[in-house]
Amino acid sequence: MIKVENLEKRFGHLEVLKGITNEVREGEVVCVIGPSGSGKSTFLRCLNLLEIPDGGRIYFAGKEITDLKKTDLNQIRAEMGMVFQRFNLFPHKNVLENICLAPLKVRKCSREEAEARAYDLLQKVGLKDKALAYPDNLSGGQQQRVAIARALAMQPKVMLFDEPTSALDPEMIKEVLDVMKDLGKEGMTMVVVTHEMGFAREVADRVLFMDDGLIVEENTPEKIFNAPQNERTKAFLSKIL
Amino acid sequence: MDYSWDWSVVIRFLPVLLEGALLTLELTCIAVGMGILIGTFAGIGRVSKNKLIFSVSSIYVNFIRGTPMLVQLYLVYFGLPAYFGPIPPKMAAIITLSVNSGAYVAEIVRAGIQSIDRGQLEAARSLGMTYSQAMRYVLIPQTFKRIIPPLGNEFIAMLKDSSIVSVIALEELVRKGSMIAGRTFRSFEIWTAVALLFLFMTFPITQLVNFAERRLKQND
Repeated sequence: MIKVENLEKRFGHLEVLKGITNEVREGEVVCVIGPSGSGKSTFLRCLNLLEIPDGGRIYFAGKEITDLKKTDLNQIRAEMGMVFQRFNLFPHKNVLENICLAPLKVRKCSREEAEARAYDLLQKVGLKDKALAYPDNLSGGQQQRVAIARALAMQPKVMLFDEPTSALDPEMIKEVLDVMKDLGKEGMTMVVVTHEMGFAREVADRVLFMDDGLIVEENTPEKIFNAPQNERTKAFLSKIL
Repeated sequence: MDYSWDWSVVIRFLPVLLEGALLTLELTCIAVGMGILIGTFAGIGRVSKNKLIFSVSSIYVNFIRGTPMLVQLYLVYFGLPAYFGPIPPKMAAIITLSVNSGAYVAEIVRAGIQSIDRGQLEAARSLGMTYSQAMRYVLIPQTFKRIIPPLGNEFIAMLKDSSIVSVIALEELVRKGSMIAGRTFRSFEIWTAVALLFLFMTFPITQLVNFAERRLKQND
């Protein structure tokens, strides 16, 4: 579904990604873990080209998308849902409008169709009764679930999650992770940057450990968590588990 | 000093002063209205990644903010006729004040857009919206609320600065005051009245701006 070859990204003199090669298969849930500053988020943000890579190639659904002359960025992004650490709901729009905006303006759906799908998705994330509420009146967990529904409304082929629970109070983390678990079970292809090792262990098909701009180790969750091979993986896991 | 006050001149000439105040208000409303129109485009231009649009709006804003309004007025009223033939004073005043106001509004709009969290643009773009869709549906609507207080301040500033058009014989409040003072030799009384009339016009707007600022604080 997404293939990455030798991906590089620099911010000024700082080399954030130093050549990442990997592939995310259809229906796979891949969790990316690693210390802060290891480049996990930048890697994720390169996948939908929110950050433009400085080197390497990305293929999405068989087509190279890093050839910017031939790529319609907006069309690519419409096919990839993204969920942010800080939710980034539109505060001037209610929940329903947040979800319907992109389907209406980007996909040119009819209002009936967009709203019907929005209500289905709200049902799915357990917030049907909040359709007319404004983001400011929702808890962090509720906002993040709306953000997931908003991304799903575009019927993406892949969902990218950038530390979706890092800004949440502890008691709200579960409700968001549960929604994500359900998504994974339904076969959604997902790339999740996370510090939630329990989630990675339970839901991921594969875990990538990143450090210093590289994927240092990758394996099934059991193997990574129970028998890490690389010294840096061991050191990282021993600190947080 | 045996200057005896005579406030009756103020009463006598009040209708004339009010006439001037009305023109001041009219010029200010037109200037700020046009300024908002020009400034919205120029402000969006100032955050544009398109180099040409950015340069044109930056040159405009910097030129206006870096030169005296009096010079701009002379340029329009005495300079432009060299090419376009004579311009009526009121037209020259409206052009100058509008173009001037537009530059200041542009900076207000630019600051307003830049004050919106970057995540908003990213979220919109991640959903497949184009830059202009993200601007139109996500960023600009959020900017409106935030720029109401600085726009109120711009209105107050323009109300006062518009007095500059008195130099091209446009009979707004200051010009009327100076005419009456010259005729009656009651400078102190007349200029006090002119000052108070300005205050009457600006004070309610100051209060509105304060009110809007308090409301905004509650919402944030």
